[in-house]
Amino acid sequence: MDMPPEPLGDDLLATAAAAGDRAAFSALIQRHYDRVQGLAWRLTGNPAEAQDLAQDIFAALPAKLRHWRAEARFSTWLYRVVVNAAHDLRRRQATRSKAADGWGDWELARQDEIVEERERLDWLTQAMARLSPELRDTVALVLGEDLTQAQAGEVLGLSEGTIAWRMAEVRKRLRLMAKEGAR
Amino acid sequence: MTDDVGDLKAALRAAPPADPAARAEALRLALENFDRLQGSADPARLMTDRPMEGRGVLSGAFQMLKKLASRPVLAATTSAAALVAGMVIVLPLIDLGAVPGTAPKPVAVETTNESRQRIEEVPAEAEQLASPPVLVAPAPMAKAAPEGGAMTRMAAPEADAMLADAPMMEMAMEPVAAADPDMAAPPKENTEAFANAPTNPVKVTAEEPVSTFSIDVDTASYAMVRQSLNAGFLPDPASVRVEEMVNRFPYSYPAPAADEAFRPTVTVMPTPWNPGTRLVHIAIQGALPEVKARPPLNLVFLIDTSGSMDDPMKLPLLKQSLALVLPELRPEDQVAIVSYAGSAGQVLPPTPARDRAAILDALDRLAAGGSTAGAEGIALAYQVAQGMTAEGEVSRVLLATDGDFNVGMADPEALKGFIAREREAGIYLSVLGFGRGNLDDATMQALAQNGNGMAAYIDSLSEARKVLVDQLTGALFPIADNVKIQVEWNPVAVAEYRLIGYETRALRREDFNNDKVDAGDIGAGAQVTAIYEITAPGSPALLNDPLRYGAATPPTPGAELGFLRLRHVAPGETESRLQETPILPEMSAPGDEARFAVAMAGFGQLLTGATYLGGWGWSEAIALAQGARGEDAFGYRAEALGLMRLAEALDR
Repeated sequence: MDMPPEPLGDDLLATAAAAGDRAAFSALIQRHYDRVQGLAWRLTGNPAEAQDLAQDIFAALPAKLRHWRAEARFSTWLYRVVVNAAHDLRRRQATRSKAADGWGDWELARQDEIVEERERLDWLTQAMARLSPELRDTVALVLGEDLTQAQAGEVLGLSEGTIAWRMAEVRKRLRLMAKEGAR
Repeated sequence: MTDDVGDLKAALRAAPPADPAARAEALRLALENFDRLQGSADPARLMTDRPMEGRGVLSGAFQMLKKLASRPVLAATTSAAALVAGMVIVLPLIDLGAVPGTAPKPVAVETTNESRQRIEEVPAEAEQLASPPVLVAPAPMAKAAPEGGAMTRMAAPEADAMLADAPMMEMAMEPVAAADPDMAAPPKENTEAFANAPTNPVKVTAEEPVSTFSIDVDTASYAMVRQSLNAGFLPDPASVRVEEMVNRFPYSYPAPAADEAFRPTVTVMPTPWNPGTRLVHIAIQGALPEVKARPPLNLVFLIDTSGSMDDPMKLPLLKQSLALVLPELRPEDQVAIVSYAGSAGQVLPPTPARDRAAILDALDRLAAGGSTAGAEGIALAYQVAQGMTAEGEVSRVLLATDGDFNVGMADPEALKGFIAREREAGIYLSVLGFGRGNLDDATMQALAQNGNGMAAYIDSLSEARKVLVDQLTGALFPIADNVKIQVEWNPVAVAEYRLIGYETRALRREDFNNDKVDAGDIGAGAQVTAIYEITAPGSPALLNDPLRYGAATPPTPGAELGFLRLRHVAPGETESRLQETPILPEMSAPGDEARFAVAMAGFGQLLTGATYLGGWGWSEAIALAQGARGEDAFGYRAEALGLMRLAEALDR
């Protein structure tokens, strides 16, 4: 009779956790920490920030979970939470300093004032810095998290068409960058 | 997939591994907060039927986490002193599902040295942020400052004000926290800057009998609220300006007499949310001159084509929106297009509206790229507009932007001054906001207010239709400039009063008669609504006790409630005209128009903390709006009802 329990789905766990089930909550956060931290890194480009962001998100998660209505899949909902937290962080930073400490502000990164800085950036950082924040969010989800364009659209609250358009835009920018690099 | 995308994918997939200590700390914090939220560590219900080994693993892990924890997590004591001691109130994310009233208490967590340091830096930065507006409105009485009052207030030196205001500026705060000093959080920066100020307090008539403010015909706040709700989140309370929620809708108020610019109608009615008070609904209907008789119109589209506009919700929507305007224009009207990105340039020289193909073609050729040089673009647009203006014509610059003035506007004060000077010369400015993320609502507001124009936020083609087509006449043809409202309340009939909304539009009492002080404008056929909540002397609903040593004013039944004064300047004139109306105490059954306006005022207040609404909630607001839909030819009210239901569902 001691069959090992089937692993419960995220949505069931989340529903139980939202209703006050401590073990369910604990299981849920264990399962998702790495993913949250990973997406946070993809969005911010900075491991330390990603770690802080993940901690903030987890600290607030019990309260937020109360608003989880099982209308979206838990993973989608959680992605949305991370994206929004990253946006908040980005906004705060945008005012604090325009310096490119994360993926950077692409408009500023294009300015050649910070040549030394640029030399230290590796290819990924350069590529990401080339993209607008919207495009970065999109690649973080579509390429980084391997979501379909429809899923990424759901997370960002945009239509699938918009995501497709953005991905086309990303390709354009990357091609341009490759061309410049070859020159 | 090109190789580049493949490379990017591979690079992104290789996320640095999570630091185990950080992971443990985050998980422990989450569980700690979970327990606090539950009240007690409730044994797992879902798993109780399961074999114990499962739970053992989980609780074992928890024990392990406890040991790993290097820093103590303190229970929320919600004491103000805690803030001083370097505590952070961790509520960073509540904006996504924040529920006024039901959101959990914040949790105070002692943080690392690094983040503590970060918090300490914040006030200085916030002050820096707020300092340019101080230059704009040097009035020492921050709350009475005319324009940019919100920001001036933010810059008020007292620490108290800083703390109390913090929730208003912050995405993450629960709205009711504004009233609770214990729950204050350190202010933080945000590039999505909203113009707002703390909710107008209840005032005691004996102390401050006169209330003065400028009208507000902007609608940006409503569209931002709608955008948030449709995205599934309650809007940031700071983005909600109650008067804009009300004024966003067309109302059929009594029309003015033939020779008057507008007509005020005052209705006194019972307050839906408080039996002890009454509402005074002041409706202003602007005259609608014959559309055929309107003077030729010169429009300069000043279009932000900076890199940040490269988003389907920005430049493409902007092009479609402006294309909607063209069929509404008369053949002799003129259109010019100026774009600004990096350097400003005239994309289309003044062209008669009959040449629609040329205008559409120029619109179509706009592409995003480069950074923003807002000031340069505005200067060029005004120069073009001046060249187009002939005797008796109306010229207007329509600035379409995502509010990003990063480059080129070193001095916002100079830009505002420039716009204000051009306003004197008869060229108006309206601002259309697009997209979210770095929308600078506060700058938009400030520019439009200085330019005698409206600020609207366009989130969809249907909103563009409403702003630019259905209301084209009102949006583009001012019939009364500098409209100010002053109400003097009669202390024998009104002991306390409160103006609902208009926080960012407060004027000083003496500014009412000073025509140099700019105020809002009414467009042709537009309506403006202002609502006061008043409390009679002796009412059980009074919030302030009478003064022991004050001169007692015996209530006089039947006395006038107050006296309404309206001032406006006719376009092209410099002297203002005064209109006066007594506010009589007779209550009348409010019509659909007044009731819908009140329902919207209730909606706005529910979104901003509902400080004065008592138990009146979503269902009451929805019922009130539902019963007052009236004709609703464009379906705007039906849409608002949908939003209210959505907000109700999200606010749980």
